[in-house]
Amino acid sequence: MGVFTPLMLERARQLIELYPEKRSALIPLCHLAQEQAGYLTEELMDEIGSLVGVSSAEVLGTASFYDMLHTEPVGRYLIGICTNIACLLQGADALLTHAEQTLGIPIGGTSSDSMFTLEELECVAHCDHAPCAQVNYRFFGPLDPGNFDELVQQLRSNELSEVIPPHGTLIRVKRNVGLKVSFEDVLEERKLSDSEIANRKAISEAAKEKSE
Amino acid sequence: MTANVTSAPLIVTSRIERERSHLIDDYLTTGGYVALRKALLEMHPEEVLNEVMTSNLLGRGGAGFEVGRKWSMLKQAPVRYLVVNGDESEPSTFKDHMLIERDPHQLIEGTLIAAYAVGAARAFIYIRGEFALGLERVQNAINEAYEYGAIGRNIFGSNFSIDLVLHPGAGAYICGEETALIESLEGKRGYPRIKPPYFPAVIGLYGAPTIVNNVESMSNLPWIINNGGAAFAALGVGRSTGTRIFALAGHVNQPGNFEVEMAKISFRDLVERSEYGGGVRFGRSVKAFIPGGVSAPWFGPESLDLPLSQDDVAKAGSMLGSGSIVIMDDHTCMVRAAWRITKFFNRESCGQCTPCREGSGWIEKIMRRIETGAGRESDLDLLLDACDNIAPGLSWPPQQTTICVLGPSIPSSVVAGIKMFRDEFLTHIKEGGCPYE
Repeated sequence: MGVFTPLMLERARQLIELYPEKRSALIPLCHLAQEQAGYLTEELMDEIGSLVGVSSAEVLGTASFYDMLHTEPVGRYLIGICTNIACLLQGADALLTHAEQTLGIPIGGTSSDSMFTLEELECVAHCDHAPCAQVNYRFFGPLDPGNFDELVQQLRSNELSEVIPPHGTLIRVKRNVGLKVSFEDVLEERKLSDSEIANRKAISEAAKEKSE
Repeated sequence: MTANVTSAPLIVTSRIERERSHLIDDYLTTGGYVALRKALLEMHPEEVLNEVMTSNLLGRGGAGFEVGRKWSMLKQAPVRYLVVNGDESEPSTFKDHMLIERDPHQLIEGTLIAAYAVGAARAFIYIRGEFALGLERVQNAINEAYEYGAIGRNIFGSNFSIDLVLHPGAGAYICGEETALIESLEGKRGYPRIKPPYFPAVIGLYGAPTIVNNVESMSNLPWIINNGGAAFAALGVGRSTGTRIFALAGHVNQPGNFEVEMAKISFRDLVERSEYGGGVRFGRSVKAFIPGGVSAPWFGPESLDLPLSQDDVAKAGSMLGSGSIVIMDDHTCMVRAAWRITKFFNRESCGQCTPCREGSGWIEKIMRRIETGAGRESDLDLLLDACDNIAPGLSWPPQQTTICVLGPSIPSSVVAGIKMFRDEFLTHIKEGGCPYE
């Protein structure tokens, strides 16, 4: 699985078309690559680079900035446990330690059967369900050692495969329409008359005065 | 989950409890897309702008800048963009998460109203990658809205045409900073841009004038268009108009998002009233609380009677920020809390500016050794000195030595912790460990 499959390549081209500049599709294409291969292989990064018009080094340099983009293999289920403030206050540290024991892997580790990777998350905005976790970015919480183990058991027995696709598949709903509006049309429509520009200036000045 | 003890209506959370609130048929039966129709068919863009000006809607992302004023600053270049900031990552903030998942059409309708008012050539909704369900629901809603005719060519028979594109992030707190978000949308590392220009309204996406607005800000627009800016401005107190979602978390019995009229109730009301937080867990008392996201300095229980108002909280030395409130009860180790927040900033510093990149690392290391029992008596002065290097004078609002405000946010919890709980820090150092373990 070196490069994008024909189907993925078609999707990649559709994504690129949504942006005025191709490079904007770099991160969506990285997600696509992870959907295909589970992580960003060198070959896929090369191909993303040629698709959006930058070097593979630029792709790696960009991808390495983002926590969700992986350049090493990741387990089928990426389990992230949040330990940020709201979860910390509800016992997240103990939950994380428990998770390490249950899964038999340290933070950042992948199980030998490639089923699980464990990571410590920063806040994922699920604080009313603290302490919370994500499996492939699907939310669970509040968790305690008991229901965490249950969750792991369900993952092992594939009971949740409908709800949680393998790591890398982020957005299962595809955009089903291309762009409808050409830029040329928009530019013609959006042209402001001199009086409209003057009107806007007056509004802007008034707002500035009001707030000062 | 939501309630309003004043007579104010629920403006952005009216559909949250509905099971199918994320689908267009449900949205249409609850007044959906009426405001967009009205704006496009009955109002000139300037009139929309004027209504938003009149509403005095303050941006709900964290900085609290007037939305209408931001729009009015947009430079009149041929191509202008609108970008919606759904990168919600400020720890303990979870309101946009709810709006994105539970009412995506309201967000889309607000976005289209804004795009019309500012004359955007294309609009983008940037949502953090960790919201898998939210991304799927917004994409589905965009597909539905195209089919319904709310997005695309000559929307509802008007002369207005626009495309709306959903863009997923990939995990980086700093991308919530609007210029970093623009860089990220351009396919680059999320490095905040050097200011000036202070506003993307001058130079933004692909160098074109760009408006970046928060999800909750956009979600207010359908109501404002339907009911008028004056009706919105009639709610709240002074400059804090309308309602706002407060995300309450930590040691309360009922954590959650609560939409309340701005400035009409206090932090204490929010924590204690049965409609909201329902009190501190186990009947304990509040030791400290964070009034507006972890970038905000902490308050002690004596500040619980402050109203939920941007200006009052600022006057008291902190900020209402992203509208997220974390309650810490009297069994909380404040050293550990401050250490965890520092660790977060250290992980999320983008690395461009030395004071933030290096400072966050040193402060995190010192905080860790105090919590784990290897602290020294000189560490408190050392921490304050390191904080002072990031935000000279340790004043509020902070002085800035960095490109963006992540840097000066680092000292907030450390300095507040030392000021308010010096003895607790010293106990850690003297006893060689955490007394709460």
